[in-house]
Amino acid sequence: MQAIIRRSPAIRAWILLAPAVAWLFIFFLAPLVIVLIYSFLERGTYGGVVWQPTLENYRRVFDALYFNTFTRSVYIAVATTVICLILGFPMAYFIATRPQKIRNSLLLALMIPFWTNFLIRTYAWLTLLRTNTGLINVTLLSLGIIDEPLPLFGNDFAIILGLVYGWLPDMVLPVYAALERLDRSLLEAAQDLYAGRWQVFRRVIWPLSLPGVVAGSMLVFIPSLGAFVTPAILGGGKSLMIGNIISNQFLAAHDWPFGSALSMLMMVFMLVATLIYFRAVNREGGAGL
Amino acid sequence: MKKFASLCTTLMLLLVLGLVACTSGGESAETETEVPASNEAVTETESTGETAVEPATEIVMYNWSEYIDPEIYTLFEQETGIRIVEDNFSSNEEMLAKLQGGATGYALIVPSDYTVSIMKEEGMLAKLDHANIPNLSNLSDEFKNVPFDPGNEYCVPYQWGTTGIGYLDGVVETPTSWSVIFEPDPNAPYYGRYTMLDDVRESFAAALIYLGYDINTTDEKQLEEARDLLIKAKAGLAGYDSDTFEDLLAAEENVLAHGWNGDFLVAQEENENIAYTIPQEGGVIWVDNVCIPATASPEEKLAAEMFINFLLDPEIGAMLSEFNYYASPNKAAEDILGEEFLSDPAVYPPAEVRERLQFIKPVGEFESVYQRMWDEVKSANP
Repeated sequence: MQAIIRRSPAIRAWILLAPAVAWLFIFFLAPLVIVLIYSFLERGTYGGVVWQPTLENYRRVFDALYFNTFTRSVYIAVATTVICLILGFPMAYFIATRPQKIRNSLLLALMIPFWTNFLIRTYAWLTLLRTNTGLINVTLLSLGIIDEPLPLFGNDFAIILGLVYGWLPDMVLPVYAALERLDRSLLEAAQDLYAGRWQVFRRVIWPLSLPGVVAGSMLVFIPSLGAFVTPAILGGGKSLMIGNIISNQFLAAHDWPFGSALSMLMMVFMLVATLIYFRAVNREGGAGL
Repeated sequence: MKKFASLCTTLMLLLVLGLVACTSGGESAETETEVPASNEAVTETESTGETAVEPATEIVMYNWSEYIDPEIYTLFEQETGIRIVEDNFSSNEEMLAKLQGGATGYALIVPSDYTVSIMKEEGMLAKLDHANIPNLSNLSDEFKNVPFDPGNEYCVPYQWGTTGIGYLDGVVETPTSWSVIFEPDPNAPYYGRYTMLDDVRESFAAALIYLGYDINTTDEKQLEEARDLLIKAKAGLAGYDSDTFEDLLAAEENVLAHGWNGDFLVAQEENENIAYTIPQEGGVIWVDNVCIPATASPEEKLAAEMFINFLLDPEIGAMLSEFNYYASPNKAAEDILGEEFLSDPAVYPPAEVRERLQFIKPVGEFESVYQRMWDEVKSANP
């Protein structure tokens, strides 16, 4: 037996791969296939599935109601990603260009808020954003800056704010990693060749930081699209995202097949969006270099 | 390429095995419905002294939030050495979905009347061993034979109450009709400052009552009307909230809320302007019950029955009502609660109000229609 293993590199490779394959199979592929199968079945009255094949769940996914919520969720996720990029890029650049010692303290400062549980931090925003008793509105009203409380809570603004706050470090860290490795002599070379500040950024920094930007955008976009805690709390249970509808199918509506169908749609959309994004960025990167 | 193909076949094989495991898991869930019977067998042998079941030393109670005085757990632990850990849910549907999804480890749950019927039918509840609950005799007669569980076979009533409107007295006029929520005046001071329960059956009940329909209707047309009403009302709504509606009223963030009477009465301690009323069209009446899921082990079940018995003690029953301000089904506790509590119309609605209250009942297959329309309400952007 041992001799066989020693002689055959293929078998050896398989033995080494086995734990990873088993892991992927048990925790990724198998659940995915179960979700896929469930999405074609009928619901049990109080949860579970009835083994009766149907396409009804996929027809319902395209009902105007759910589809509108889906497109709204995409809009919220895109807005969150763009805002994170606009805020995160300069932050990452600033940190990456400081001396080593300060850099570490700044990174630490970025991470400290995230030692607190996400749920608690989201609830903390409630204290600030509440319409009539929130700190922001109370302060502005008492200073006479506004007459009517601002609609800060229970709408898309609150949700996007909460998501940007929650996922900003996921944008900053990969961009920082890309910028930190950037060879400073390249910038000097560009300046020597009479490139202005904008041109240095556009033709040297930006293309070289693209891998970080892509990774960061994915890390922000994917969880934002599927978010359900932030909209549930900051949306006041009134403004829903697709994640809320999916979780509602399992946690309240007892409709596992429909929840599965919505999840499949979301996964397919994310896959397609990711591929398009990668392709676009590759072209951009090629042109920039 | 051949290797890849063989890899695929291996994966598919494993997949099929996995699925077989899944389906057999489903079957074992079905056989669990027989657990109550086998539990009885265990307690029978216990009485003959063959195998004595020792109560578990720690059990989990799955309850609504802020529904029990934590002091009761401490007293119970001092008396029996059994520790009770609490986990919370905020709607019957949430609790049911979690248990249906295969959650185990809960020894005590607190479903409302209509959910007891559903769980009984689905075989999710264990039969109570009355020998372990001698205090059952403390229940008032009305609650010894509730329609959803005659003879307290599966459940013991925990507390009962009503669903109506809580408001800040002095800030808004006493709401006499559900129209304050369903036909709000955009210029009224309370516009945008009220919440509705995040609960499919409760919110539909409010709309159906306002429309004059049966709250358990299975007429799709009536339900569509109720849905459209709920969507229209969304424009003036601060949000859907089942957990903190009373706190938001106490903090004066909101001035009106659709909710459960006891929650408002407890919040009165923080803000004495809070008042509770049931509009002229009527409201919902409900009974919450302590039950034991069929998945509880014999040891957990015994400990749970000991706790149910403890809850039925007159002193503990009174403690419960003094904490959550809901009416007690415990006749023996009434002497301790005193006349002031027993005559509070917000706790014990007078006969003429009671006539206008309806119980939510299970609607079977039609539940999916309620759920779909509730999805539509929650997703709509008015």
